[in-house]
Amino acid sequence: MSRIFIKGNVAISRGALDAGCRCYFGYPITPQNDIPEFMSKAMPEAGGEFVQAESEVAAANMLLGAGACGIRAMTSSSSPGMSLKQEAISYMAGSELPGVIVNMNRGGPGLGDIGPSQGDYFQSVKGGGHGDYRTLVLAPGTVQEAYDLTFLAFELAFAYRNPVLILGDAIIGQMQEPITPKEPVAVDAFEGGSWRLEGARDREPRILKSLYLTDGALAGHNLRLQEKYARARKECRYEEFMTDDAELIIVAYGSIGRIVKSTIRKLRKEGLKAGLVRPITLYPFPSEILKSLAGKGRKFLTIEHNMGQMVEDVRLSICGLAESGFYAQLPGNLPTPNDFEQPIIDALTER
Amino acid sequence: MGVYNDTIIAGFGGQGVMLIGNLLAYAAMESGLNVTYIPVYGPEMRGGTANCTVVISSDDIGSPIIKNPMSLIAMNRPSLDKFQPMVQDQGTVVINSSLVDMELADKDRLKIYGVPANEIADRIGNTRMANMVALGAYTRAIGIIDLEVVQKCLEKVISSHYSHLIPKNAEALAAGAEAVK
Repeated sequence: MSRIFIKGNVAISRGALDAGCRCYFGYPITPQNDIPEFMSKAMPEAGGEFVQAESEVAAANMLLGAGACGIRAMTSSSSPGMSLKQEAISYMAGSELPGVIVNMNRGGPGLGDIGPSQGDYFQSVKGGGHGDYRTLVLAPGTVQEAYDLTFLAFELAFAYRNPVLILGDAIIGQMQEPITPKEPVAVDAFEGGSWRLEGARDREPRILKSLYLTDGALAGHNLRLQEKYARARKECRYEEFMTDDAELIIVAYGSIGRIVKSTIRKLRKEGLKAGLVRPITLYPFPSEILKSLAGKGRKFLTIEHNMGQMVEDVRLSICGLAESGFYAQLPGNLPTPNDFEQPIIDALTER
Repeated sequence: MGVYNDTIIAGFGGQGVMLIGNLLAYAAMESGLNVTYIPVYGPEMRGGTANCTVVISSDDIGSPIIKNPMSLIAMNRPSLDKFQPMVQDQGTVVINSSLVDMELADKDRLKIYGVPANEIADRIGNTRMANMVALGAYTRAIGIIDLEVVQKCLEKVISSHYSHLIPKNAEALAAGAEAVK
């Protein structure tokens, strides 16, 4: 297929459409409004449903409902709206329901601003709502990845019967790049046929729930969920960039991951040996590669567009095997490659 | 040898800087290059300054956001004031001399192309095509992308409702290129 030139928000929408998404529920918020705009036209045209809900809470519960019926469905929002969706996401995880949730992260806390930020890392990868659950979290760094990972999100959501989160930001959402789309999938009409709600004629009724009151039931349920999360470790994805001879490993994800590449290229010309590991899945987190790189005597520097969140997972991964610094790009300030030069030089040279 | 250039295109809201940024990006894509386009706007969309950044490369593109660009298209005075000091030494600057006093151009440090974009567009038929004149001048000055490819991509960025304006816009692009000869 030939390349098309679209913005990240549209790439996510097209990825969902081509992956067989047939229900979209949303509530407007900047900087992700291109998604409901696209879906308001695309879903009816594809024979699906578009609902502009009365609130984010409602939209997330509609996603739960569609997931219970085995329908490929999506909701999207940005940070303040994501906080409102957490209850339903916890219920979906507890009920083992598939669904795709998009967060185009903006500045926080509270209403923050409408610019890019990575302040929702903790919320995204540590559960976000109540209880011991995880969502799989995919963090695109390019518009092509925004498309591809949304496509993948639907596959994972149904393979693991679990909510899958796409974590972008205002940069990924608003920038345009050429992408090559895939062939749309023809979704199996019987997908989820062994568990979905579809009317119980001629069989025992099913119940999809997150409430377990009988003795030992919740313990067993939690154990099963943990086993599922352990199985999902094999979905781990990351990109390595110039790590072979690197003395300093920078860890950065999403838009910051790509911006720091420009800084690394520039510093390489000056003879400074920096490389990058860009986690693409934030949960499961690519711990193994970081640990193996740490074993080779390198230093680490985590760069995030927040006050220090993923750096905790980096430090857990490398278990004290290497020095591990952090640089905060302040939410509210637009990042440029220049911002990261001095922090990288400092990390390489200080002893 | 790899190709790389990054550009900030800036002007008043309504001067069509986003449109020519998009057009340039499409032309880069059609030329088989990698490209990113990112708009920066807000309340500026109504009467203030608007700008976008286009990065073109034969290699993978890192940052779509550039602090010190290699080139600049300044459609008005506030844009020149704001971005000219940011342009890298020996960078290329296309200035709309219809609206900007060319005395302000930093000729010692930068390659300056003053183009009376409004006057040229007026002569072709509509002042509103000044953006196309400036992009034509830029295309010729940078030399990475063929003017014909830019002209061919007009249909990608001008909605079908206005498709009858495409020939005039192509003419404006050509006139801009002519102006930097």
